[in-house]
Amino acid sequence: MTTAFLRVDRELCIGAGMCALTAPEVFDQDPEDGRVLLLHAEPPTARRTAARMAAGACPSGAITLHETESDSSSS
Amino acid sequence: MGESVHTVTTMPTARRPGCPFDPPAELLDARRHGPISRYTHPGGKPGWLITGYDLVRSILADPRFSSRKELMNVVDFELPPAPPGEFLLMDDPQHRRYRKPLMGRFTVRRMRLLTERIEQITADCLDAMAETGPPADLVTAFAKPIPTIVICEILGVPYEDRGSFQEQIDTFMGGETSDEELIAAYTATQEYLAELVAAKRAKPTDDVLSELTDTDLTDEELKGISLILLAAGFDTTANMLSLGTFALLRHPEQLAALRADPALTDGAVEELLRYLSVAKTFMRTALEDVEVGGQTIEAGTTVVLSYNTANRDPERFSDPHVLDLRRQSDGHLAFSHGIHQCLGQQLARVEMRVAFRALVDRFPTLRLAVPAEEVGLRPETADIYGVKSLPVTWDEERS
Repeated sequence: MTTAFLRVDRELCIGAGMCALTAPEVFDQDPEDGRVLLLHAEPPTARRTAARMAAGACPSGAITLHETESDSSSS
Repeated sequence: MGESVHTVTTMPTARRPGCPFDPPAELLDARRHGPISRYTHPGGKPGWLITGYDLVRSILADPRFSSRKELMNVVDFELPPAPPGEFLLMDDPQHRRYRKPLMGRFTVRRMRLLTERIEQITADCLDAMAETGPPADLVTAFAKPIPTIVICEILGVPYEDRGSFQEQIDTFMGGETSDEELIAAYTATQEYLAELVAAKRAKPTDDVLSELTDTDLTDEELKGISLILLAAGFDTTANMLSLGTFALLRHPEQLAALRADPALTDGAVEELLRYLSVAKTFMRTALEDVEVGGQTIEAGTTVVLSYNTANRDPERFSDPHVLDLRRQSDGHLAFSHGIHQCLGQQLARVEMRVAFRALVDRFPTLRLAVPAEEVGLRPETADIYGVKSLPVTWDEERS
């Protein structure tokens, strides 16, 4: 069992829209400035693949997905 | 390790006969030797040619590589910096200053709202084509007018100015004009845009250019931005539409699959973007010594990034030279990567989805009107690859 949380850096965002295209349930774009809006900081399991793809697709490295083991003492 | 590095001395100027969709053989050959080759720029300056997907992508995301025009170390004289507003050839923070006020205008959501309007424009073009044909030149009947009308409407270029405007852009994007013609077309476009900016400032209308007059950008800067948006906004999409149709007509089983299944449209657009990569190469200059693929790119050296071989990299895409509309093409570099990734990509996607869908639905018997070898292609020297014209024909409806 893993948990995942997303971070977005709006200062790095270039408004390309790859996140909103790839995972529209998780990301949107601000209608005014076009920059990323995070809809679900902790995407449910069903949305995680899309969130991972969106993080990987972001051209400016503005999205990071942290995935951790939730019920083990791995570190 | 002392292993030899492949060397490419000149940029190939032609594609293999009969293979209009494949990158030139010399570039594919370079990729087979490795993702990075030594290269000599046309002006004699030493550089590097990057043909592998991973390296192209990582350089595009690496702030140690610059897009600044004046740093391009390719000829034996210094290039001037990019004119105000032409932010493609700038780094941050200058680049960001120009891109920022535009980002909200080209979002996924905003572009989807244009779907109906683009459907209408496309239907009008196809109606006109059906009325006057068969046959027809798909470039003038379909591929050029759709993106031209759309970007002109978004930016706010009045309808009556569009024809002359498109001619000028054609002249300086076609890759086959003399320097004098090129300069004349460029100057005419500049003059026109200066007038347009002044007009919008005097009397704002409901369009992007008018909105931009409400920022701190100067007229000179607005002119540069408009030039980039217009040139990037239609030459690229126009060539994707015409070359894409050519590719579909040459792959009848793929065309049939697309026609039979509307759900395939979005994926088909991504695959055509990957397969065709009409924006073929871009350049970056190293700001410091950078290790890339086991080689040291010295500070001040300019690298050529080959998007079309990157998008055909067998280590990234299986059977890369096969056009397969059902494949997962995501991650392709057709819109680039990094901070310069295409601002208008969501618009281009909507335009292509709508236009290809409407074309295949409307003309079920569409086919080339000339042998495939006779379709005229743009030279490799053109910034954007494509066909010059695409003669097509079809069976007329009997209803």
